[in-house]
Amino acid sequence: MSARGPFRDKPQDKVLIRVEALALSRGGRVLFENLSFAAAPGDYVEVQGSNGSGKTSLLRAVAGLLRPRGGVIAFEGAEEPSLALHYVGHANGLKREASAREHLRYWTGLFGGSASEDDVAQTLEIGRVMDLPVRVLSQGQARRLALSRLLIAPRPVWLLDEPVAALDDAGKAAVNGMIASHRATGGLVIAAVHEALGPAPTKTLQVRR
Amino acid sequence: MFAFLANPARFMAFSAWAAPVLFAGALILFATGIPWALFYSPPDYQMGDTVRIMYVHVPAAWWSMGAYAFMAGASFVGLVWRHVLADVAARAAAPVGAVFAAICLVTGSLWGAPTWGTWWEWDGRMTSMLVLFITYLGYIALWNSVEDEERAARLAAILCLVGAINLPIVKFSVDWWSTLHQPASIMRSGGAAINGEMLGPLLTLGGAYLLLFGALTLMNMRSAIFRRRVESAELRRAQS
Amino acid sequence: MSAFAATFRRELALMWAGGGAIAPLGYFFGATMLVPLAMGPDRALLETAGPPLVWIAAALSVLAMLERLFQADLEDGSLDQMLLSPAPLEVIASAKGAALWVAIGLPIALAGAPVAIALQAPVERVPLIVASLALGTAAFVGVGLIGAALTASVKRAGVLLALIVLPLFAPPIIFGASVASGEEVFAAFSILGGCALAGAALGPIAAAAALRLQAE
Repeated sequence: MSARGPFRDKPQDKVLIRVEALALSRGGRVLFENLSFAAAPGDYVEVQGSNGSGKTSLLRAVAGLLRPRGGVIAFEGAEEPSLALHYVGHANGLKREASAREHLRYWTGLFGGSASEDDVAQTLEIGRVMDLPVRVLSQGQARRLALSRLLIAPRPVWLLDEPVAALDDAGKAAVNGMIASHRATGGLVIAAVHEALGPAPTKTLQVRR
Repeated sequence: MFAFLANPARFMAFSAWAAPVLFAGALILFATGIPWALFYSPPDYQMGDTVRIMYVHVPAAWWSMGAYAFMAGASFVGLVWRHVLADVAARAAAPVGAVFAAICLVTGSLWGAPTWGTWWEWDGRMTSMLVLFITYLGYIALWNSVEDEERAARLAAILCLVGAINLPIVKFSVDWWSTLHQPASIMRSGGAAINGEMLGPLLTLGGAYLLLFGALTLMNMRSAIFRRRVESAELRRAQS
Repeated sequence: MSAFAATFRRELALMWAGGGAIAPLGYFFGATMLVPLAMGPDRALLETAGPPLVWIAAALSVLAMLERLFQADLEDGSLDQMLLSPAPLEVIASAKGAALWVAIGLPIALAGAPVAIALQAPVERVPLIVASLALGTAAFVGVGLIGAALTASVKRAGVLLALIVLPLFAPPIIFGASVASGEEVFAAFSILGGCALAGAALGPIAAAAALRLQAE
């Protein structure tokens, strides 16, 4: 693992996230109310809570996918809001019939990145399966492929939902390395986790009703 | 008035008396309009007594279209200002409009049998009404098949607005198409020149349908709001 | 590569991997095969009824391809990524529509030639039928995007999707069948082009609005 992202051609935005009095609901059910926190460049925020407490919804709300019931989510310092974040959710966002390489190419077009496919594959150790269709990959390999989106195009904010689910120890180490180098360049990571990921969080959020 | 009613609590207080009043008004207008139309208005010089179907048929056609226009307006308000009551109103009006469209189709068919000599004619108006009826069914079915109520409301609102664009295009298309295919032997639809003596009962029944639409829509809205309250109360109990 | 081009390329590759146009073309042939079986082989009857029925079959073939169009993206998480792309969702939805038209619409339009001939359409009218089908399938795909997006979160959405989309198919069917029957060809053809343009413009906008709600 390189200490800094090897595929950045320019320094990234320093983005600060400010969440105030956030309230979320799903299907008419209030998940939580009055959640406030702030995260600065270099921070690693860990979101903890039991199943169904709203960890995923919190990340989706910060990603702008879920409209909050109330409160404010602000990205400060982002020059272009549509280039502010990456989100890796539970679902990997993969197509069974397409190869790993085709996925990387598609994401490069979708997110506008300039990273080299081979560098990305090397960081996540998926070089050997690059030309295989996703349907033959193991769950861990599929998860690594999904996480490789983070390196395709630079984004200051990473929102990760159970990033190491289905990953072995080497995979976990790779993810921790990615998070460390992202933070070192002023990136910000918010991860919803079931058990602590490894790096000491700058902040821990307990989500509960 | 809309801003006043936008508050659900005020709406419930208002509709508690407005719905029965509208319903009573509809009953009164039906009670005067129906005998007027059936017994005291003149028969048509060409169609004879069958023209009396018009008094059921034409108001149903008017207000099935009116109901759709109302739904499109409510859908727009619901989408733009995210107002719950607008969603509820659009949904509540749909079954009423669908039934009006069905009444229009059935009575049109019954009217066609003696006057055109056929139960169904692919005439521009009837065809457009059929498309409107199918659009209503699609709208109601979409509402019913999306589980999350809020999402269902927004999706149905999009469909309603798409339909509002589509329906005039369909009307134009079908008119164009029926001039292409219209056999010369068929008398053009309607046909009856409306004279003053027919206008009275027609407008009376038109008013009756409108009040009935208002009353039924308000009642549907009330029951939807009550159902929502019960559900959220049950949810709260389950969570505590 | 732009988001439009990337999406277009990927969708084409996925449709190709999923069997390409084989299934919808087979459906198109099968549906039109039933027509003479139902009506009898009477030549004069087929000459009038055949070309419009090609249009019905084409509409149904496009309809059959719509159900999974966005549903699969919603289920596997791809839709989230589309929403997070800096490109507007409208652009991505239209790329998906364009890919569907190239993968399914154009083959159906071309297959309309042998089918129309088999249904006794006059041979000199066949190029016109193919051209009108190409426009018509574009209109079907355009409005089909709306139905597919509105029903993306509904399990077994097939019937609901058809119910929503069929009224939207009415205008292109009317003008397309009119071209196919050789009535008012010029006027019908230009209005059909208008339907295709309107579908291609409005379809992605309405579909994107619906998809944003589906992702919540």
